[in-house]
Amino acid sequence: MKIGVFVCHCGENIGKTVDCATVAQRAAKIPGVAYSVDNKYMCSDPGQNVIKNAIREKKLDAVVVASCSPHMHEKTFRKAAADAGINKYLCEIANVREQCSWVHDNIPDATDKALDLVRIAVEKVKRNIPLTAIRVPVTKRALVIGGGISGIQAALDIANSGFEVVLVEKEPSIGGHMSQLSETFPTLDCSQCILTPRMVEVYQHPKIKLLTYSEVEKVEGFIGNFTVTIKKKARSIDEEKCTGCGLCIQKCPIKKKAFNEFEEGLATRPAIYVPFPQAVPNIPVIDRSVCTYYQTGKCQMCLKVCGREAILFEQQDTLVTEEVGSIVIATGYKLYSIDKKPEDSEIKGYGEYGYGKYKDVIDGLQFERIASASGPTNGEILRPSDKTQPKKIVFIQCVGSRDEQKGFSYCSKICCMYTAKHAMLYKHKVHDGEAYVFYMDIRAGGKMYEEFVRRAIEEDGVKYIRGRVSKIYRQNGKYIVKGEDTIAGMPVVIDADMVVLATAMVAQPNASKLAQTIGVPYDKYGFYQEVHPKLRPVEVSTAGVFLAGACQSPKDIPESVAMASAAAAKSLVLFGSDYLEREPTVAVVNEANCAGCFYCLKVCPYNAIEKKEVKNKLGEIIDYIAHVNAGLCQGCGTCNATCPSKSIELIGFNDEQIYAEINAFSESFV
Amino acid sequence: MSEEKFQPKIVAFVCNWCTYTGADLAGTSRLKYQPNVRLIRLPCTGRIDPVFIIKAFEKGADGVLVSGCHPGDCHYNLGNLHARRRFILFSELMNYVGIDSSRLHFSWVSASEGKKWVDVINEVIDTVREVGPFKKYQKINKEFVLHE
Repeated sequence: MKIGVFVCHCGENIGKTVDCATVAQRAAKIPGVAYSVDNKYMCSDPGQNVIKNAIREKKLDAVVVASCSPHMHEKTFRKAAADAGINKYLCEIANVREQCSWVHDNIPDATDKALDLVRIAVEKVKRNIPLTAIRVPVTKRALVIGGGISGIQAALDIANSGFEVVLVEKEPSIGGHMSQLSETFPTLDCSQCILTPRMVEVYQHPKIKLLTYSEVEKVEGFIGNFTVTIKKKARSIDEEKCTGCGLCIQKCPIKKKAFNEFEEGLATRPAIYVPFPQAVPNIPVIDRSVCTYYQTGKCQMCLKVCGREAILFEQQDTLVTEEVGSIVIATGYKLYSIDKKPEDSEIKGYGEYGYGKYKDVIDGLQFERIASASGPTNGEILRPSDKTQPKKIVFIQCVGSRDEQKGFSYCSKICCMYTAKHAMLYKHKVHDGEAYVFYMDIRAGGKMYEEFVRRAIEEDGVKYIRGRVSKIYRQNGKYIVKGEDTIAGMPVVIDADMVVLATAMVAQPNASKLAQTIGVPYDKYGFYQEVHPKLRPVEVSTAGVFLAGACQSPKDIPESVAMASAAAAKSLVLFGSDYLEREPTVAVVNEANCAGCFYCLKVCPYNAIEKKEVKNKLGEIIDYIAHVNAGLCQGCGTCNATCPSKSIELIGFNDEQIYAEINAFSESFV
Repeated sequence: MSEEKFQPKIVAFVCNWCTYTGADLAGTSRLKYQPNVRLIRLPCTGRIDPVFIIKAFEKGADGVLVSGCHPGDCHYNLGNLHARRRFILFSELMNYVGIDSSRLHFSWVSASEGKKWVDVINEVIDTVREVGPFKKYQKINKEFVLHE
């Protein structure tokens, strides 16, 4: 076998710490290597031509490219090899950038390691065999998880392109956090006015199947062919019959028992309810934890007043199965709730601010509800404790964000802007009021954002104080906010009537559970991990799954919408072809050796192992041996490691190949 | 430099989806670690046959690291748990035959834990450096090969 080795400098990225010319020279001496060369940029057009020309001129059978991670350019180099006429699976990558030049400083060490990595790749490629990618059909239908603005945007974009969408939302209505907002920065558009038409469009769209009050339970399959099991939680309402007249809600005698989630606890709601008046779908839900019928078996007021007999007390949760080709995750965020610390959390909380203890110390979303025309105060700025107008209000930014000591090290990104908006809304409604903002820095990066903050300061007279607040306590009916002005270098004390904390945006509490259901990596905060922070920001390592919105990291509305459209576009790219190519690295059984113990069957996570009959000449079944269904096999190789007789092997990673890689060590390190 | 530090040889068997990507992230973040490790990329830690570890020691490794996705995060659902079971049994066997189990390490490093990868690999290298070169097995192996 004639192997070509191509060592990339990646400009200076590799060349600075790895002596690429030496690696190329020494690689030429590895048995089997017929040609070896280095180049400034292997992935560039001229660089790829170096590979292609060498394959043709030197009649190479296989190539090794020493470059960046295979996750970066394996595809590029495989395609270059295939263009020059060799099977693309006879191309291996030695990762000398991410795992060598970028992590080591010493040139001789890094050069030695790079040569070792090349040697390992050469030994592996010697044992590679030509393979053909497996072709599988694509189900041109998408699942969108989460019905906030990101999910709505992604669903509409996909559906408007002519493909079916299943939109799953765990709450009784779509709309998400955006439906709770009063006005949006920097335009001060009424949030509901711009959102609700989109919600209705989703509801009426012939291509969108909307499943509210539902959660994804199980995801099986792979890109282009996912089977998703969705739990439809029992609403206790017949969705077909309900007209959304609202009579049941009016008549429900339970009025004060339940915390109104939509109003962020600033109001109560009946046991039978829709989250907010413009809810989509406008179908109520019975909260069984407070409904009298479920406690005592009596009442049934809703049933009595419902003219359509739509109340179904005995309704059960049901499971729905959907076949889809792509999945868009748009599950959004939660606000860090500082009075309720998550269990086993390292976060120490902000007890000194008195959130949860003082009724008038609230968070950003609560202020949104107070400022909202549809909120509990009909848009009048009144403090929760005694419904009086606060004449002095203090906003504190970075509560939980950018605080490694007590909170999270990341910036929640939207708080600078929404605090400016809150202060502005306050000043527009309480003309004689004073608004103070404690901040660390103002991060107003965005179109018209900086101008917006300046407007709050210069036109509306909001007083910005750079510094942190150490304590809030009650004295003579006031909230005494003790802080520091780090510019003036002086302590500050403000006797406020109300305090608003810009608490950090955090991942949904069950984000990791959903991630494990679908197979999505997530960071230590629970935000989903994209494949590449710059070039593949909406994809995850599980092919066919895309991210939209704040489930990936804190984001504002325009960014979420843009990301949702990007995730929709990625789904549409997938739906653009009838067939997909899948890696042919699947397990195969050596039927002559298989003893039929079926340990492989027990460990296979995909039920890809089948029992195959062995017949004698008379056609009688005399034995069973293992057989791999290549359509189901995902190529993990657990069967290969388990098989006691080594009669099942994973193509592309078989024992011989891995032994050869290990063997390459005996020559290295010396 | 008369007292040159012993440079152990470490082989790391890692899965493609979590630890390999985590190690890539260490690179992208320009974190630095000692160069004594060589990675072998496998689709999943479930693919790791204990024989690979024996082979690595036989071929001159002073220490071996097995690293994959955190429990529950496996790209193939369960492979990492199979790997953990095998690992526990195998390290018992190593103890039984008198091989210092501090030569064999197991960890979970996710795709977002570049920093953790650096900490894990530095710790493995330092621990193995402390234990010293793995001459015993290599000597037996040499004799065995000679008599073959």
